Amino acid sequence: MQKTVNKAPLFHLTKRPVLKARETWAIRIASFFVAVIIGCLVFLLNGKNPFAAYGNIISGSLGKVTSLRQTIRIAVPLLGTALAITPCFKMKFWNIGAEGQITAGAIGATFFALTFPDLPAPVLLLLMGAASVIFGAIWAFFPAFFKAKWGTNETLFTLMMNYIVIGIVKWLQGGPWEGKPGSQIIPNFSKNAILPKVFGIHCGWIIVLLLTGFIFIYMNYTKHGYEIAVVGDSPNTARYAGMNVAKITIRTMLLSGAICGLVGFMVASGAHQTLYHSVADGVGFTAITVAWLAQLNPFVMIIISFLLAILDKGSGALQTNMGVPTSVSDIITGVFLFCMLACEFFINYQIIFNRKEKKEEVKA
Amino acid sequence: MPGTIAVRMRNITKKFGSIVANNDVWLDIWNGEILSLLGENGSGKTTLMNMLAGIYYPDAGKIYVGDEEVVISSPKDAFRYGIGMIHQHFKLVSVLSAAENVVLGLDIKPVLDMKEVSRRVKEISDRYHFNIDPEKKVYDMSVSEKQTLEIIKVLYRGANILILDEPTAVLTPQETERLFDVLREMKKDGKSIVIITHKLNEVMALADRVAVLRKGHFVGDMLVKDTNPGEMTNMMVGRPVTLNINRPLPVNPQPRLKISDLTVVNEEGVVKLDHVSFTAMGGEVLGIAGIAGSGQKELLESIAGLCPVQSGSILYTPDGKPAAELVGRTPMQIKQAGVSLAFVPEDRLGMGLVGTMGMTGNMMIRSWKKGKGVLLQKKDPNELALKVKEELEVVTPDVNYPVRRLSGGNVQKVLVGREIATEPTVLMSAYAVRGLDINTSYIIYNLMTSQKQKGVAVVFVGEDLDVLLELCDRILVLCDGKVTGIVDARNITKEEIGFLMTNDKEKGGSGNAENG
Repeated sequence: MQKTVNKAPLFHLTKRPVLKARETWAIRIASFFVAVIIGCLVFLLNGKNPFAAYGNIISGSLGKVTSLRQTIRIAVPLLGTALAITPCFKMKFWNIGAEGQITAGAIGATFFALTFPDLPAPVLLLLMGAASVIFGAIWAFFPAFFKAKWGTNETLFTLMMNYIVIGIVKWLQGGPWEGKPGSQIIPNFSKNAILPKVFGIHCGWIIVLLLTGFIFIYMNYTKHGYEIAVVGDSPNTARYAGMNVAKITIRTMLLSGAICGLVGFMVASGAHQTLYHSVADGVGFTAITVAWLAQLNPFVMIIISFLLAILDKGSGALQTNMGVPTSVSDIITGVFLFCMLACEFFINYQIIFNRKEKKEEVKA
Repeated sequence: MPGTIAVRMRNITKKFGSIVANNDVWLDIWNGEILSLLGENGSGKTTLMNMLAGIYYPDAGKIYVGDEEVVISSPKDAFRYGIGMIHQHFKLVSVLSAAENVVLGLDIKPVLDMKEVSRRVKEISDRYHFNIDPEKKVYDMSVSEKQTLEIIKVLYRGANILILDEPTAVLTPQETERLFDVLREMKKDGKSIVIITHKLNEVMALADRVAVLRKGHFVGDMLVKDTNPGEMTNMMVGRPVTLNINRPLPVNPQPRLKISDLTVVNEEGVVKLDHVSFTAMGGEVLGIAGIAGSGQKELLESIAGLCPVQSGSILYTPDGKPAAELVGRTPMQIKQAGVSLAFVPEDRLGMGLVGTMGMTGNMMIRSWKKGKGVLLQKKDPNELALKVKEELEVVTPDVNYPVRRLSGGNVQKVLVGREIATEPTVLMSAYAVRGLDINTSYIIYNLMTSQKQKGVAVVFVGEDLDVLLELCDRILVLCDGKVTGIVDARNITKEEIGFLMTNDKEKGGSGNAENG
């Protein structure tokens, strides 16, 4: 036997007992403040006054009615998409193709907006909405069907589908739907094809709030929601309970794609009033963060998507008022997201530091 | 007792979240002894030994090897102090050969001399009369060979203190006897052996000394020659218990399930069931014995409609109704046809329960389709959950508390409670008491018996032959997917079943296990 003595490690990790809700929230709030402090350092390193910078973020996003409206407009598609992917994620079906499903929905809506620009607004908008739902669902159907039938990897499949649909929009922009020849731009929708405003914001905000309630009930109080939860936890148990896993997978993905498509309709008709290739603008990916941070709780998603919208809108204000480059704002957003996700680690684990002790006599 | 102490563990505490696995435990291991670490499941035996083997690091407490305080923070550290552990789940790479597995993870010189490794493996094998081919791939090995390889791995690393975690759980009675001979041999060489078990007869047959843990606490230790199974049980459980299974004679047994020529081939094309035929009677407990992986799982799953059947038939005869064929139906159809199969699968959390849901959510697995409309009915499952919680004494803070956070015994109670609540006519269970404490095990045995008295056909796949012999009316023995015998449980010995489990190849031969 060798006589080398190991040193005790400086610290080790152990699993925490289940914390009370109050303690969990204390950790979350603490992590928020840690993010604020790290953000201060980032501003200081860039030679900016952190207080002024944070002040700008707040006033730039919430200070005036117009800026508040714009912030909400950013939050609407984020919330809608986070809600859309919630059933999939609960089922552990990693749909990262929301981006593509949004775009597909927008194509469907745009088709009717361009083809029947003179229909009465309620009829046209209903048609556009229905088309967006169907297009989004179709785009989600393929990866779901392949997964259910042949067990393909849904992560790669949904991701690849994004690029295809964006390619299609680029082709539409330069081809059949091009406005002025050579412009590569699809013309703006007619007035009848634009979502009406309520309190100065396109009425998509009402739709997503209704969706929030719907998803909450769907996930917690319906047979479908129960099936999704069982399949997500254990497909074997689902089979054992007599559930048709393939059918549930496809159905859930259709729902997810349909809601994404609806979001596509809202951004095309309500926000951009036209279609272009980055109509989804990364929302499909940011929504994943929203869904996870909210731990798939629809009501918490309202808060998280609003918070991210504040950071997004505020960073615009930072740039105009203080000359802070967008890259720095992106870092700040990253810091906040990182701290909010990292705090989950401290909710589950604790670090034990091993104090050095004097050697005691060995008791036999 | 040889006079020197090899290892001292002092004030060892280890917590997992709110669960205290070891609480201020003291344990000594002497040189040249066989120590049996006894305790119910969940009493912290494996956790304690894992800290010695470098798998876990204690939250508090000290470990001394000889007179020196040591820090063991990895299995490598453990080997440096001559401590090696053979885990319950083997840690072998199946595509590598025996010799390759032995050197895996060792600090090796730039050029690996496999011949030298094979030579040393051979040397160790000869010394303890192991019969192992260093070139043989692990996927070609039997369970017993794999275990032997794990032992060689530990000896190759120069271990003087060997820890074996429930080594006999996967062995036949004959293989167990062989293992014990090897362990006695090692003891003669001055090695210390720690064997984790909850089987009292093994302690009596093998060990010099026994140390008992209960709920993470060290209860006491004593020389085996000064104690008896009764005293040890009382120490393990903490109060006097009687270990008798009530086994009334079957009353008017009726054929319930008639299985003929059932053949199942799995996805890899391996024949898992080979023309299996038998009849399960209502009002009777039919035990199924066999080495793990002999087709038990496939048998139960094919009856429940969860496993595709190659050929054969499963005829089900409900009371006073015509027989119905089950092969080719989905689990749902089997249920709808009026056939109630209550199936307690082998892998409780992976199949049968939803870990992230509470008891109520898990009760719904059997009733989620009930009721018209899209909404889920939560009221009845909730009442059933409360009833099961009360009747089977499930320890849970709340019926909505995730079942994966419950202990194994409570998880099993949730599952069995739910299945019995469906008032089945056939109750199938696989390893129903795996991981349960003695008390809960007997609750389960009695539930099986009371179901039998109600006229239910109980099919009980078990691993403890002593229990099978006490609980069942008849025992069917499976070996490699074939039925090697259907015997009267009241008139057969453990050894005879053991021979059937290995298909009677070398009946009475002393070198039985050597071929593995």
